[in-house]
Amino acid sequence: MKSLSSRPSREGEPAVMRVELRPAPFDAVAEVRDYRASGGISGKSGATSIFIGTMRDFNEGEEVRNMTLEHYPGMTEKHLEEICKQAENRWAVHDILVLHRTGDIEVGEDIVLVATWAAHRGDAIDATRFIIEDLKHRAPFWKKEAVSEGERWVDRNTSGYLSAD
Amino acid sequence: MSIIKVKFFARIREEMGRAEDQLDFRHGLKVSDVWNWASGDDEIPEAMLVAVNMEHVKGDPELKEGDEVAFFPPVTGG
Repeated sequence: MKSLSSRPSREGEPAVMRVELRPAPFDAVAEVRDYRASGGISGKSGATSIFIGTMRDFNEGEEVRNMTLEHYPGMTEKHLEEICKQAENRWAVHDILVLHRTGDIEVGEDIVLVATWAAHRGDAIDATRFIIEDLKHRAPFWKKEAVSEGERWVDRNTSGYLSAD
Repeated sequence: MSIIKVKFFARIREEMGRAEDQLDFRHGLKVSDVWNWASGDDEIPEAMLVAVNMEHVKGDPELKEGDEVAFFPPVTGG
């Protein structure tokens, strides 16, 4: 699934968004490098903010062997695009790249990449944080983990801070 | 199109034993009526999330002909 669109950012310049669901493994760092090299990044972007989520080998005190990520085809893409549009309306970002895995995922594989580019760090960092938090709490994805006793659905995402879990 | 398309995801899909279904539309049909038809429960469980035509909805909105209703548990992506 691919989506590209251009619309004015707060600075009045066209912004680019790319949202993709990936059924196969990807290297998030390489994806950022390739996106920059593809010319998708405006020369005006002085700040790049990147969040990468990677599959852990433990959750809720148990070893996790692998997992499956279910999604709602159509709604998931639509929701991610909507989150990006909201971020673009709130912060002066030039580019947004969001990749998310689906299907069977092994320990150590990247699950999600959120990268934003802006003239200044505040807009980039805040937009990235906003996108990943909304994605975690509202985008239709569901994790099912394989643990020693079998499989289990993950009931909820954590708050994002170890101290608050 | 005088039907309502119904989808279930994740744990709810497994509990319902199917990923999708459909029922005949009638005027005044609400989300809670669809859940009652599908599950036999009178009320939608508190933690359940509901989308109509791929948009999150709150409460118990009335449906239109051809709507797609989805029931799913709290999301866990990222």
